[in-house]
Amino acid sequence: MITSAIIPRPLARLPWRLIFLVASIASFGLIVLYSAAGGSVQPWAIKQGVVFLFFLGVAVGMSWMSEATIKSLAFPVYGVTLVMLIGVEALGFVSKGAQRWLDLGPVRLQPSEFMKPAIVLTLARFYELVPAAEIRKWRAIWPAAVLLGVPAFLILVQPDLGTCIMVVLCGVTVMFLAGLPWWVFAAPAGMIAVAAPIAYQFMHGYQKKRIDTFLNPESDPLGAGYHIAQSKIAIGSGGIWGKGFLHGSQSHLDYLPEGHTDFVFATMAEEWGFAGGVLLIAAFGLVIRWGMKVSANSRTRFGQLAAAGLSATIFFYVSINLMMVMGLAPVVGVPLPLVSFGGSAVMTVMLCLGLLMALERQQRTRSGLAG
Amino acid sequence: MKPIRITSTHQSITFSRRMIVLGGAQVAVGGLLIGRLGWLAVAQNEKYQLLSESNRVQLIPVPPRRGWMIDRYGKPIAINRASFRVDIIPQQLDKGRDIVPELARLLQLDEEEVARIRTELAESRGFQPVQVGENVTYEQYAGVTVRLPDLPGVQATRGYSRYYPDGPAVAHLVGYVGSANAKEYEAEDKNPLLIIPGFKIGKQGLEKTLEPYLRGTPGGQRVEVTARGRLVKELDPKPDRSGETVQLTIDEGLQQYAARRMGDQSGALVAVDVTSGDVLAYVSMPAFDPNSFSEGIGRTEWKMLSEDDHLPLLNKVAQGLYPSGSTIKPAMALAFLKQGVDPKRRVNCPGGYQIGNRYFRCDAVHGPMDMHSAVERSCNTYFWATGLITDPQATTDMVNYLGYGEEFDLPIPTQRYGTMPSPEWLEKKYHRKWQGYDTANTSIGQGYVLINPIQLAVMPGRLASGKLIQPRLLMGKPRKPIPALDVDPEHLEFVRKAMGSVVNDHGTAVGSKLPLDGILMAGKTGTAQVFRLGERGHQSNWALRDHALFIAFAPVDKPRYAIGCIIEHGGFGASAAAPIVRDSMTYLFDKQKAFAALAPLEEQWGGTLAERNARQLADFKSASRATQA
Repeated sequence: MITSAIIPRPLARLPWRLIFLVASIASFGLIVLYSAAGGSVQPWAIKQGVVFLFFLGVAVGMSWMSEATIKSLAFPVYGVTLVMLIGVEALGFVSKGAQRWLDLGPVRLQPSEFMKPAIVLTLARFYELVPAAEIRKWRAIWPAAVLLGVPAFLILVQPDLGTCIMVVLCGVTVMFLAGLPWWVFAAPAGMIAVAAPIAYQFMHGYQKKRIDTFLNPESDPLGAGYHIAQSKIAIGSGGIWGKGFLHGSQSHLDYLPEGHTDFVFATMAEEWGFAGGVLLIAAFGLVIRWGMKVSANSRTRFGQLAAAGLSATIFFYVSINLMMVMGLAPVVGVPLPLVSFGGSAVMTVMLCLGLLMALERQQRTRSGLAG
Repeated sequence: MKPIRITSTHQSITFSRRMIVLGGAQVAVGGLLIGRLGWLAVAQNEKYQLLSESNRVQLIPVPPRRGWMIDRYGKPIAINRASFRVDIIPQQLDKGRDIVPELARLLQLDEEEVARIRTELAESRGFQPVQVGENVTYEQYAGVTVRLPDLPGVQATRGYSRYYPDGPAVAHLVGYVGSANAKEYEAEDKNPLLIIPGFKIGKQGLEKTLEPYLRGTPGGQRVEVTARGRLVKELDPKPDRSGETVQLTIDEGLQQYAARRMGDQSGALVAVDVTSGDVLAYVSMPAFDPNSFSEGIGRTEWKMLSEDDHLPLLNKVAQGLYPSGSTIKPAMALAFLKQGVDPKRRVNCPGGYQIGNRYFRCDAVHGPMDMHSAVERSCNTYFWATGLITDPQATTDMVNYLGYGEEFDLPIPTQRYGTMPSPEWLEKKYHRKWQGYDTANTSIGQGYVLINPIQLAVMPGRLASGKLIQPRLLMGKPRKPIPALDVDPEHLEFVRKAMGSVVNDHGTAVGSKLPLDGILMAGKTGTAQVFRLGERGHQSNWALRDHALFIAFAPVDKPRYAIGCIIEHGGFGASAAAPIVRDSMTYLFDKQKAFAALAPLEEQWGGTLAERNARQLADFKSASRATQA
């Protein structure tokens, strides 16, 4: 927070350190996109920059929302998003094809993106309403499971496995922090661990192949494992300091597929090396730490759960993407927020940050009043 | 669920605890990510850098020039001839313009070719050329060249194609070259060199076995290419290295002479230098033209070759097996001498011999025969009778030692080496005891005896030199000292004298004396019964005749050369095979006299070998066109 007589009070009260951090990540992302386009702001960097600035404005605007407003909006937003998800499904059914978005004239709305913050806010709101004594009862579990399960299922059948996993993980994080008993998490995890090898036996050939490819991408370097094999080559060939800006052969010669979207981290690591990668991971780490601090400092149960859940959303975005590009997780199509080209992820992350900034402002105002 | 009341204080403690767990998990994941990044980018950096380089840089191979094959005097046997070719580089083509019809018109391509070009263009990877025409004429090449500015993506180049100056005369020796097939491509781990348009590998004969020497090392233009095959920039090229020149022991002149001298007959002739084992001639006739194979043989020509009952596609030198007939007799005589048979011992030939309940008929009533006259006049009765008083195993061992039934270490793809039967062999193969008639059959080179034409030259070579020579085809192969034959030199001298009489005194081949002063040839005729006729399938008169064989060495007193020759269904050895050997031997001492003997024969046959081959093909083509119409 900057305190100065020259800067007007409302501006000075903005969390400048966070904004600076986020802007740095986004700028680095623009530099990578510039290189990925072969040294040109067209077609990606310029568009991405505009989208980022727009949503940064939205996020800053959102930071003036009060916690009460957010709270009251939680269920309605969830409801509207759910209706839109059903709408997308119906539209997909009519047009006989997979569909993820609603075409609203100039804007394409992807409701599953909204569901990430929406599920966090809804579950936070739900657990705020559950009395402390009830938290270990069945009544505290099944409504949350339904609230999470229905949208997760709708997204899974779109099909969008990546977003589905994200929504489930965000929801489960809030449920975990709300204090549900351990067995609620341990039992399904144990069941999956036991069932996975059995399920593998019953899978179709192509499904098995996908799993095999993930476990050993080199086994099929020209087919399904091509993405991950090329991504590892790009990252691995970068070395400590990288091949230098605009000198990444994997991305510039098109060996790396999706080098500007899901695999943008590989494009970056090839040119900026281990050093660039660590710097980027550290920057994201600081953003997430800031969000977790907002949660820890929150006085209300809703504030605690919502802030932690929103930070977790950003965390899952980053970690799933990085695990994917470095061959630690199967390729499920989760972009690297603020760096990958594409508006959706920028929007989701900036909405989360806007909400976090709002929650953080509440703490300061309230503490200011109290102090 | 425990029945304790959970208060908001409890809840707050739970939250804090679980926040620590969550934060810890996040830090752990962050650590894992950085660890993984370090593993890939730092620890495994070298491996991935290599992979990235092999992605980035592609080699457009420049095929090396194939090494030559030359004869013992340096005369060319297999060389490369400048040829012109036209290719298309797919990525340089103008999109939206089809140049194939224009090229088809310029190069007069047929529909089949146009269809092939279109398929290959559709399947090609950007920078790899697609062949349009190979061995186009200079006029066509020039025609394309002048239009090049107007034909982007078309490449007209001068290349090299294999050329065998002697054509069919060397066909079965050198084999031929051709484009690699899918199996050969797989066998070499998909060596990209093999699929360059126009690149040929050895398919048969020496071209195949000497492939590692002849091929050379490909160079290449190193280029940076994108994943889709678009060329970004050219890097420094890697020079190619031509294949090695391989010198053969063959005397190209003799090879060609012998091939011509055989005329239209089906047979094989092998000549060796008895002092070293060097193979001077390796002839199997009739033969295909290896030049036609190098350029891709036409369907009509292939049909003609495969339908010919003289089997021009069969390498008779390495794969033809024949009964040795009486050519085995000098070796038999040596075996008898070694077993202590007195050469002066006489056997009366009343025109046949009774063994068990079967009467074996001799060619003539020879009267009393000793060993010398039995070899000279080829009396079977003597060898039957003497065979029965000697040990068949010891006899076979001697004949085998002299070369019959032996496999030689030669760089040829397949070698059938036949059989020299012995009691031990018979027991193993047919599970029966050796009988008197087995001895009788073997002692005149019939029955189970099967030999190849290389053995037919090595045997007289060993008898003549008294050394255990091994046939050689490559000059470059290190020469090892040749051990002497483990036989009494006096016995050898006796056999040589007897063979000398065959040609020069009262023998079976007196009609084949060398027309040279002071140089005498020694030899032995052979006539092999053609049995199991039905299985051979040719039921013409020609096919029923006996095989004619002749082995020889010269000069008798100081042997230099040995020749073995078989003429399939040639009748008597003396009439069909011996004159060919005589003239070939003459060639080695006096070329003029040899060609003087050949000229009237070729006139009688209707032209030289090349002229007759061309006429045969033309006749076949018009005949097959007539049957189609």
